[in-house]
Formats: sequence, structure tokens, C-alpha cells
Amino acid sequence: MIPAAISALLLQLLHVALALAAAPLLVGSTRFAKSRLQGRRGPSPIQPYRDLLRLLRKETVLAHDASWIFRVTPYLVFSIMTVAAAMVPMFVLDLPLARAGDLIAIVALIATARFFQSLAGLDIGTAFGGIGASREALIGSLAEPAVLMVAFALALVAGTTALPAIARFVLSGGVGVEVSLALALIAFLIVAIAENGRVPVDNPATHLELTMVHEAMVLEYSGRNLALIEAAQMLKLLVFISLISALFAPWGMASAEDGLDFLEVLAGIAVFGLHLLVAAILIAAVELAIAKMRVFRVVEFLGGAFILAVLAVVFRFVTEAS
Amino acid sequence: MLTLTLLGLLLLVALGLAAPFLRPHRLAPRLVHGLTGAMALALGVAAAIRLLAGGDVSELDLPFGLPWTGVHFRLDDLSCFFMAAINIASPMVMVFADGYARRQAEPARALAPLPVFLAACNLVLLANDAFVFLLAWELMSVATWLLVLANHRDAESRNAAFVYLAMASLSLLLLLLAFGAVAGGDGDFRFSAMREATERPALATVAVLLAMLGCGVKAGLVPLHIWLPLAHPAAPSHVSALLSGVMVKIALYGLARILFDLVGPPVWWWGVTLVVAGALSALLGILYALMQRDLKRLLAYSTIENVGLVVFALGLSLSFRANELFDLSALALAAALAHVLNHAFFKSLLFCGAGVIHEATHERDIEKLGGLVRRMPYTSLFMLMGALAAAGLPPLNGFVSEWLILQAVFASSSLQDNLPRLIVPLTGAALALTAALAAAGFVRAFGIAFLGRPRSEAAAKAVEPTGSMLTGLALLAGSCLVLGVFPVIGLKLAESAAHGVVGVDLPAGAIGWLFVSPLGSGGAAYAGFFVFLAILGMALGVRAFLGRIWPERRRRAAAWDCGFPDPNPATQYTASGYSQPLRRVFATSVFQARETVDMPPPGDARPAHLEVRLVDPAWNWGAEPVRRAIEAVTLRLNALQFLSIRRYLSLMFAALVTLLLIVAAGQQ
Repeated sequence: MIPAAISALLLQLLHVALALAAAPLLVGSTRFAKSRLQGRRGPSPIQPYRDLLRLLRKETVLAHDASWIFRVTPYLVFSIMTVAAAMVPMFVLDLPLARAGDLIAIVALIATARFFQSLAGLDIGTAFGGIGASREALIGSLAEPAVLMVAFALALVAGTTALPAIARFVLSGGVGVEVSLALALIAFLIVAIAENGRVPVDNPATHLELTMVHEAMVLEYSGRNLALIEAAQMLKLLVFISLISALFAPWGMASAEDGLDFLEVLAGIAVFGLHLLVAAILIAAVELAIAKMRVFRVVEFLGGAFILAVLAVVFRFVTEAS
Repeated sequence: MLTLTLLGLLLLVALGLAAPFLRPHRLAPRLVHGLTGAMALALGVAAAIRLLAGGDVSELDLPFGLPWTGVHFRLDDLSCFFMAAINIASPMVMVFADGYARRQAEPARALAPLPVFLAACNLVLLANDAFVFLLAWELMSVATWLLVLANHRDAESRNAAFVYLAMASLSLLLLLLAFGAVAGGDGDFRFSAMREATERPALATVAVLLAMLGCGVKAGLVPLHIWLPLAHPAAPSHVSALLSGVMVKIALYGLARILFDLVGPPVWWWGVTLVVAGALSALLGILYALMQRDLKRLLAYSTIENVGLVVFALGLSLSFRANELFDLSALALAAALAHVLNHAFFKSLLFCGAGVIHEATHERDIEKLGGLVRRMPYTSLFMLMGALAAAGLPPLNGFVSEWLILQAVFASSSLQDNLPRLIVPLTGAALALTAALAAAGFVRAFGIAFLGRPRSEAAAKAVEPTGSMLTGLALLAGSCLVLGVFPVIGLKLAESAAHGVVGVDLPAGAIGWLFVSPLGSGGAAYAGFFVFLAILGMALGVRAFLGRIWPERRRRAAAWDCGFPDPNPATQYTASGYSQPLRRVFATSVFQARETVDMPPPGDARPAHLEVRLVDPAWNWGAEPVRRAIEAVTLRLNALQFLSIRRYLSLMFAALVTLLLIVAAGQQ
């Protein structure tokens, strides 16, 4: 029998390793699904690994004006995203780092990553970096109130914003069909789309600089710096998908509280893999179905998410009062 | 300890009075700053120790002053907390001032009022009757006025000082009436009498409203904030740091003292009023900060935002208290107090940093800065930490208190009154928007001022400061980091003070060295140390790992910029351009932001112009009509100056008869 502390630590390491390994595959499968749906053959799902590896081996070209902030940012953003990924339950509830912060802390960590990335965009002093940072600020400030209202709705339903506790509550079946949870889910999906720069808010595959948001901010990066930034972006998508699965569909997660079963962990991993696959296909389908919006239309899109989340809270009040 | 504290304050006043005579001496600034800092440090540390050790309330009555009142002092947990909060950051500001003030045009002008200002602020905390409270309050106002006037040759400074003085007098008047309403007809102005009153004073509603307005003016609550964005930039930077870090906090203390202690058990709408006013201040403050080009004015508006956050949390605490949810009330109050402490550190840091920039470039307009990160690496590192803290991002200290405030918001569903139950979540969403806008605002402030290429000659020649200026910044930045990574230090103080006020402890183990879990174990938790350690370890680990497998090859080249790099600094993004999308979305209705574009037709060689105009509604609809009304009335009353002696005598007689009639009516 392995002591609980060591097994928890091992599981946490496994969790981080799996997250790091799965993130490029997730993005690769999304691209793969998208090209298949478009009738193209498309690159294989493991293409992102090859891209990252190639970038890591390449020479780094730094602009003359790049300061230490530009050089530190890729490492910081990557590690912040990794820590955020480590804090979200994926296939096991109650990992050690899941106690280190609740939903709000994770959102704040992602905001910290955005803070540094925007600074790096401004650092070289090119207009594209500035335009990206400026639009990212707009999207971020519209998304954050919506996330908070979602967190509020969840706190009302489950009584806490700690992720394992919410997941446990949903698992316990005490929820039933809850209108406010459904509304919160839709709001959170919209936020996830915006935060990850997917269509219709931003197009990750765009080649036209003037329409870029995220890509414009990281335009000056190359070599291993770019690899780290790209990996962080992939991890961010993974974090949001695992947040959705932990908050709204935590079925199949192993519970670490009463001793861990090896099979349970394996089952948890399998279910989580399934979730990722479904997410990849859904993202591909949604991106094909709608076109990218004008920047100022995003305000209405994210405003809609906010209103839905407010409705989720109000519904909860109404049903509680009756 | 109370006697010692009072003696210390007396020493500070004496130091202030002696300063003009020391002035010719070369070492006078160093002596005054050093002694003031040392005294503040002693006061702050003593107060913190007393608070943590759980000392008893000590009172002291002195037999002088007004014959029927005497002078009363008292030191309890709330005043101890504020004493620690304002006095521990100010020695660091004094270290900074030692290097900074010497470079000012007339350093001696701020020298004498400085110790008096600090003494007056501390005296407000010790007051145990309305007389001492208001006297100290006014002494604080006058000292502040002198400090703001330090650059008196500048017409803008004079105007700022005048507006400040007018608003400070308004605040005094409102508080005077508030205390009058609490004390009632018998006029016992001792706080102990107000505290012991078993029934709520008849005029409590009036008193509470007046106190909110009076303290709100001083704290800079929207729409009473008009003096704050004028006075902060006008003063020298170390003074701005003290205004934000100390004086505004005293106003919040006054609010907490009156509402939590003196007027008896709260009614539900007190809390709701403060919650709405606080959220409004926070949101409008940060929106306005986003539109500013003047670095210090931007920071001043951010102070309004943070005051709003604290007032919001105070209101939440009152709402919980009105519903007899005492443990949640303690949580919200502790969150408010923790934010008071954290804000004192990071805002002092940012103002001192703005002073460093101004010293190095003689420029406060961020559109004319840029590229400072290469010229001033240490300053930029410290300012980055301050910006992260002010943006409320982990792992710095600003995040911890904002997170606690949000946790209190999440608990608001246990309120019983329906109105606050609906208002608190919605205002909570306003706070989330505030937090996001704050992050954008500080990306803008730091990114435009420090990053990119220099936008002016002065910015290209900036030099890193040395000695005490840099040490002061380092101390403040270090405190922000320590308070963020080990939030227990600040939270223990806040918790003890909240315990003293509400009488309830937070759940056992709520605030530990590693974990902060305000609602007890099992609830939401935050572990600043682990988060910090994990991020740092991961970043260093990845760097070492990659460097070992594929040794890095690095080359410097021209920027890519999609193939068309233009070295002209004017091609960079500007601060106004950065905030343009946010301005369009949020400021069009609130501030009536209007853009006029003057685009010459093709072939015309004159430059195009973009003009943006913003209106502060508080000025246009609040202060301006009042000013005009006062002007109209005074012009009319001017005629009274030119009457004959007969008329004056008859006026006096009429006044006497009226007063006698009122007295007679009162005795019936």
C-alpha cells in the first residue's frame, strides 16, 4: 500500500503530465475534425507535437527592442497555464493542488497570463502588438463579469466555488434538472469560446493580421518562445474544457478521498479522453457553422453571456423563494 | 501604551513646528523624514503587536479642552488596525522621500506639514469624543492642504489645493452635523455615551446619511470625488503616496467607526447604500483611470476604485450584521480591512514610482514616455509588481483581498432581505468588471510608459535613480509580494480587528500560513505560497530543461512587424489607442465620450486630427451647479457689506430677538 501523501503527489504529477501531453493532441484533433468536415484530408492530429518540437529546436530571433519582459513572458505564461491546469480536476477529484485555489483563483491566474502576454505585445513597440493587446483587453473585460456570474450561480447551487466540492455536488445527484445550471453552462461556453480566441470571436487560423487578436499579440515571437506561447494557448483550451467537464459533467471522475482504485483512475482517464474528443468535434462543427464577428459585435456576444449568467442567478433566487 | 502614543504624536507635531527653523541646514530634510519615518514605524509596529496580542481597550480622559467635555482618547482593535495599516507603509515612503524630496523645487515647503499631517491622522484614530475627532480631522485637512500647495507657483496646484480645501470644509460640516444628530438634544459628545445609548438616536437616519456623505467626500467616493484627481497629481509624489495610503484610509476609518460602533445596530438599507455607492465608485473610478494620460491622475482614479471596493465590503458587512449573520459580517469586514492594508502598500509604491519617472523625465503624460524598461530596469520591475497588485492579480497582495471580498459576495445568498439579496450579486458583477478593467488599465499604464520605444527625447535619456529612492520602491514592492504570498500576515491583523468590532471569529483555521479558506475547511481556498512556488518552479524548471536539451541559439534582429518595420516611435500604439475599444463600449454614455475626426481630403497635405472629449458627470452635474449657486448667492449678499451702521444695529437686534424666540419655543 502506498502512503496517501505519496500517491496523491504521484497522481498530481500524472495529472500534469497528462494535461501537457493531451493539450496538443486536443488542438490537433480539432483541426483534423475541422478539415474532415470541410472535405479536406487535413494534417494528422499529432501535427501540433511536430510543430512544437520544430519550434523548440529553432533559433530564437529577438527584436532589438525586446526587453526582459518579452523574454520572461513565454516561460511565465506557460507555467501559469500549467499551474492552472494542475488546479482543475480532470480525472481525479481532490488532487493536492485543487485545494490551492477555487474557480475565481483559476480565472485570476488566466488573467495574469493575459496581463503578461499583453505586455509582451506592447514591448516591441509595433502597431500589431498594440492592436492585439487592446482587443484582448476588451474581450477579457467583457468575459470576466460573465465568469463571475457563472461562479455565483454555481455557488448558489452548490454552496461553494471550490471545484472538487462543486463536482462532488453535481455527482451526488442532488441537482436534478436545473434551469440555472443550464443557463450558466451556455454562458460559460460563450466565455470559453471568447477566452480561447475561437471563431466567432477570433480566428486561430487567420492569416490576415488586421483581424487578429491573440495572434497579433504574439506576432514577434519565434523559436522556443513561440513554442511555449503556443503550448500555453493549447493548455488554456484544455483548462476551459476540463473546467466545463468538471463543473457540469464530472461523471466518471475517480474520487481520491477513500483510497484510490487503479481501475477507477484508468476509467477516469478514459472518460476524460472521451470528453476531449467530443469537445474537439463540437468546436470544429461550431467553427464551421458560424463566421467570425466584427470586433464590436463581440460586445453583444459576450454581453449575451453575461445576461444569461445573471438570469441563472435570478432563476435560482426565484426557485428558492417558491 | 495610549499615553506613549500620544506623547509620540506630540513629538511629531513638535518636529513639524521645529522644521521651519531647521530649514537652512543641509541635513534638515533627512532629519525630518528620518524621524517621522522612525516614529511612524514605532507606532505601526506597536499597534500591530498590540492587536495580535489581543490587548484590552485602553481609555484616557484628560481634564482640559472644553470645560463641559474634557478630552477623551481610546485605543481599541479598530483604531489599532488602522494605526498599523497607515503607519507601516509610510516609513517606506519616507525612505523614498529622503532621496526624492531633495530634488524638488522647494523641498522645505512640504517639510513642516508632513509630521503634523501624520500626527493628525493618528490622532483621529485615537479620538473618543466628537470634539477631538473633528479637531484632528480638521488638522489633517489643513496639513494636507499645505502639502498639496507645496508647488504653489503652479496655478494648477493652487486650484487643486483650493478645491481640496472647499471639499474638506464640506466634509467637516457634514460630520459636525452627523455627530450632532447622533448626540441628540442633550449633546453628550463623548463616543462612550453614544456607544452606551440603549435606543437608537431619533435622528439616526440623518446621522448615518450625513456620516456617509462626510466621510465619502474625504475618501473620494463617486460623485464626491472631484478633489481627489486634482489634489493627488498636484502634490509631490511622496505626498501623493501618503494621501492615498494614509489620508483616504482615515476617512474610511471614520465611516467604519460611526457606522459600526457609534450609531447602534444597523438597518438593512445602510449596507445596501454603501454597497451600491462602493460598486459605483469602483467601476467609474477604474473606467476614468482607463481614459487618463497623466500617470498620477490615473493612479488617483485608481484610488477612487479601491476606496469603492473597501466601501462595498464595509456595506456588505453591515448588511450581514443587520441580518445577524455575524460570522459573514466578520468575513466581509476583514476583507475590507485587508484591502485597506494592501492598498496602502501598492498605491504608495505606484505613486513613488510615478515620482521616479517624473524625476527622470519631467513628464507625467504616458503618451510621451516609453522604453523606460531598458533605461530603468529596477524601477520597472518594482512598478510591474505594483501594477500586478493594483490589477488584483495573483500572486501579489491585491488579489488576496479582492478574492476575499468576492467570497463574501458569494455568501450573500444567506441574507434574508430580498432587496440586498438581489443587489449584491449584480454589484458583485460590477466588481468583476472593475477587476477586469483594472487589469486592462494597468497593462496600459505600464505597457505604454515602460515598454516599446521612447516617445520623447526625455524618455530616451531617463536614468535609473539610486540610493534611497530605489530602496523605498524595493521595500514597498517587497511588502506587496510578501503580503501576497503569505496573506496570513495581513489577514491576521484584519481578522483581529474584525473580531474586535463584530465580536465573532472567523472559522477555526480559516486563515493559516499556507491556506486561506474563509468559510472554513472544505470551502473555497487560496494558497498564495503554493501558487507562487508552483509558477516560479515551473518557469525555472522549463527554462533549465529546455536549455539542457537544446542549448538556446539567440539572435537579435529588426522587429518583424509583418515585414514593414518602421523605427519611428510615432508608429507605436498609443495609450489613447489602446483604450479606444473600451472607451467606445463603456464611456460613450457614462462620460459622454465624443470623438471628432478631422480627415483632410485626398491631396490636402495638412495632418489629420482626432479629438476625444470626456466629461466627468460629477463635475458637470454636481460641482458646477453648486459652484454657480454659491456664486449667485454671495454676489447678492455682497450688498450687506455696504450698509449704514443703523442698518447693522437693527440686523443684530433682529437676530437676537429671533434666537430668543427659538430658545423660548424650545423651553415650552
